[in-house]
Amino acid sequence: MKLTINGENREILKSQNLEDLARELDIQAPNFAMALNKQVIPRSKYATTQIKENDQVEIVHAVGGGI
Amino acid sequence: MDTKKEFMKIGDKTFKSRLIVGTGKYKSFDETRQAIEISGAEMITVAVRRIELDKNKDSILNHLDPKKYTFLPNTAGCYSVKDAVMTCELAREAGLGNIVKVEVIGDEKTLFPDNEATLEASKLLVKDGFHVLPYCTDDVVLCKKLEDIGCTAVMPLAAPIGSGLGIRNPYNIKLILEAVNIPVIIDAGVGTASDASRAMELGVSGILMNTAIAGAKDPLKMSLAMKMAVECGRMAYEAGRIPKKLYASASSPLDGMIDL
Repeated sequence: MKLTINGENREILKSQNLEDLARELDIQAPNFAMALNKQVIPRSKYATTQIKENDQVEIVHAVGGGI
Repeated sequence: MDTKKEFMKIGDKTFKSRLIVGTGKYKSFDETRQAIEISGAEMITVAVRRIELDKNKDSILNHLDPKKYTFLPNTAGCYSVKDAVMTCELAREAGLGNIVKVEVIGDEKTLFPDNEATLEASKLLVKDGFHVLPYCTDDVVLCKKLEDIGCTAVMPLAAPIGSGLGIRNPYNIKLILEAVNIPVIIDAGVGTASDASRAMELGVSGILMNTAIAGAKDPLKMSLAMKMAVECGRMAYEAGRIPKKLYASASSPLDGMIDL
């Protein structure tokens, strides 16, 4: 399945939902958040949020920053 | 001497330190951690960015104890209401809390805020349950509007972000302090310790800085200098400075002068 993840085209092998996707991508950040097609998805709904061909996924985390 | 120390209150939290520091521009996570520890800050800003999928998976949060700090995620780099709101929502889902520093930039060169968009984004976020701390210009009317819509604090800039120019308009900051009843936090523009002291002497609740520490030749030493400067400035404010006068007034008694 082809997805756009953080602006990059990616081929995803087995993930069906956002929770699978985070695992497949090996996201290890202690805190991260996901948006699907420009909608922020609550953490509690990752497992029940299905992904499909051509979806746009954003995966973000905290980085050093000031003002 | 009144030794009672007033704490900084932001939303429902109380902070012993009135210095809020950013976590950007350091050479390493280790330097970030040390500089923040030395500063004594209890509230620290972070940015929210895309995870680099194939790169080193280390995160700044692995180096900062969440029990010690309150995170203040910012919307740095956002140029629209939509982006700023979405960034705050993502920060909340990432477990960074619900106190957010809202900035909607309006001009790339000066990084001055788009005040109209900042007001709009703040309004939406307040309604969504966030404690909103907006970065804004040192404008009394705007700060009153931000207070009216329910912002937790206002964060007027002292000078452009990263400029190190210091408090360019202390009189406006004074006016904002008189006009609003929510904390006023100086955000951006501090260059060195005396700038921090001067800001605190005006009576602001706190100061947020990043570049002044991270960009110093010795960031760790500057971090300590800033900690002390903020404390000194606050103490001087609480102690109450003497009024300025044009002419001299002797501090030695005039009585009992020897008659030669």
